[in-house]
Amino acid sequence: MTLASDIPAQTSKRPTRLFHNLMAKIASIPMILTALVVFLGGTTWTIVYSFTGSRMLPRTNWVGFDQYERLWSSDRWIVSIKNLALYGVCSMVFTLVIAFTLAALLDRKIRFEGAFRTIFLYPFALSFVVTGLAWQWILNPDFGLQSVVRGWGWESFTFNPLNDPNTVMFGLLIAGLWQGTGLIMCIMLAGLRGIDEDIWKAARVDGIGTIKTYLVVIIPMMRPVFITSLVLIASGIIKLYDLVVAQTNGGPGISSEVPAKYVIEYMFRAQNLGQGFAASTMMLVSVVIILIPWAYLEFGGKKRG
Amino acid sequence: MADTALHGPKGPKPKKMLSRGNIMLYGTLIVVSMYYLLPLYVMVVTSLKGMPEIRMGNVFGPPMEITFEPWVKAWSGACTGINCDGLSRGFWNSVQILIPSVLLSITIASVNGYALANWRFKGSEVFFTILIIGAFIPYQTMLYPIVIMLREIGLMGDLWGLVLVHTVFGMPILTLLFRNYFTAMPEELFKAARVDGAGFWGIYFQIMLPMALPIFVVAIILQVTGIWNDFLFGVIYTKPATYPMTVQLNNIVNSVQGVKEYNVNMAATLLTGLVPLVIYFASGKLFVRGIAAGAVKG
Repeated sequence: MTLASDIPAQTSKRPTRLFHNLMAKIASIPMILTALVVFLGGTTWTIVYSFTGSRMLPRTNWVGFDQYERLWSSDRWIVSIKNLALYGVCSMVFTLVIAFTLAALLDRKIRFEGAFRTIFLYPFALSFVVTGLAWQWILNPDFGLQSVVRGWGWESFTFNPLNDPNTVMFGLLIAGLWQGTGLIMCIMLAGLRGIDEDIWKAARVDGIGTIKTYLVVIIPMMRPVFITSLVLIASGIIKLYDLVVAQTNGGPGISSEVPAKYVIEYMFRAQNLGQGFAASTMMLVSVVIILIPWAYLEFGGKKRG
Repeated sequence: MADTALHGPKGPKPKKMLSRGNIMLYGTLIVVSMYYLLPLYVMVVTSLKGMPEIRMGNVFGPPMEITFEPWVKAWSGACTGINCDGLSRGFWNSVQILIPSVLLSITIASVNGYALANWRFKGSEVFFTILIIGAFIPYQTMLYPIVIMLREIGLMGDLWGLVLVHTVFGMPILTLLFRNYFTAMPEELFKAARVDGAGFWGIYFQIMLPMALPIFVVAIILQVTGIWNDFLFGVIYTKPATYPMTVQLNNIVNSVQGVKEYNVNMAATLLTGLVPLVIYFASGKLFVRGIAAGAVKG
């Protein structure tokens, strides 16, 4: 978003020589090294080595697409992908709906707005490890929510998402939403504040109800904010790792495994580097697939406008 | 609302605090607030209970007998594997990682942003674009190459290796932050200093740095919370002796040996979350600015 708001380049009319701006170039060496060696070089290296049979140490015994075939025939990887897809879709939908609803409620000129905002946002300051452990405790079947409700007399009450392979991803989702919705709410609130007061007056004059105004007028106007939020949520989803490690550690069994965890387990525990490289390359591919439409919307749209 | 606008009396509508709409509005907000506050509350009360009281059930009940023993044990006696010196070691490791990481990453990024804003050279925008795209690449594709690089320079497993990693991965967003801030400054300022004969560093230290203090505060908030909360890099680029607090916390709570002491676990969890929470509550609006800046990356 900020990238798009590019400032007109200060075109230097000075002659461009190697030693011109020498100090700036020297000062930029860390950035250049990071961009070229770590980001570009590192990523290329991983992609290249994903076509090798590297195990404990990286080797250049080329095996073609073998690692990818192994990857896609691995149950654990398939489960990881399905989990991420489920978590991703739910996380996007719920985050957007909850965050927008909360932002709209806070935008109704209410009292104690600051207090509510502080409450909704504080989980974002906490790490995923802390989030995961806190919710692991609340969802603990023997002492947590389930046992409390049973103690109130509802003996058959069952709420034990973390120990059931079918529901464990929703247990993670509860924690993930708790941690992340506040941020998106803040962004949405900023978007709502940016909307002209006259729009509301016009809607009132036309006799359009509040909820309908939000749905047909305000939300379409906030398209850029929604796109930014989506990109944010999506880039967070792909990184999903710490939360899983802390809350379920992939269990029960392999039912809450995620791709990022798969990569790290194969690279650093199972000593099967090639498999880890192939899996991480697949993660990169999926990011590229998400990013290209966004870049098109964000930058292609600017050119048309 | 639409009806009142058309048929109602003229003039502003008198505000009724207890209208049906208001009750719905505040009711919803209060219920949602409870969902957000619940984990913090549960962590606090659990950490103040003794184990017998926890076994009796009811995580939501306030402690009947307040004890600070779990906090003491979490800090200095909880076990990970054979080590039983609690979270304190992780805390000091995290502090040792945090301070140089924050200083180094912000120093480098502010100079980068300044160079990109005021001293563009051929190719500078290309490097910057790669840097920003890099912020979207999953860390997993760069993890192993960095292991090799750190091994080559002899910093694998060292706290300084982790400092370098944090500097590298903090660079895209911080550079963007500083670049945008410096570009928004009036150009006349820069030109006047140039006419007066000030050079690259002269302008940076005497003009840009003093004027950029607000953005430095935002960057510090962003980096302190980000680095303190990091788990992934901590677990990969350090060894048990240098584990940061988050990694050690996870090892303490999720260790399979021994009887689970939930009160100690929750005290440890709270201790780890305390630093970012204090920053959050102390910095208020600046924190929102910091994360909003961090959020809108790329």
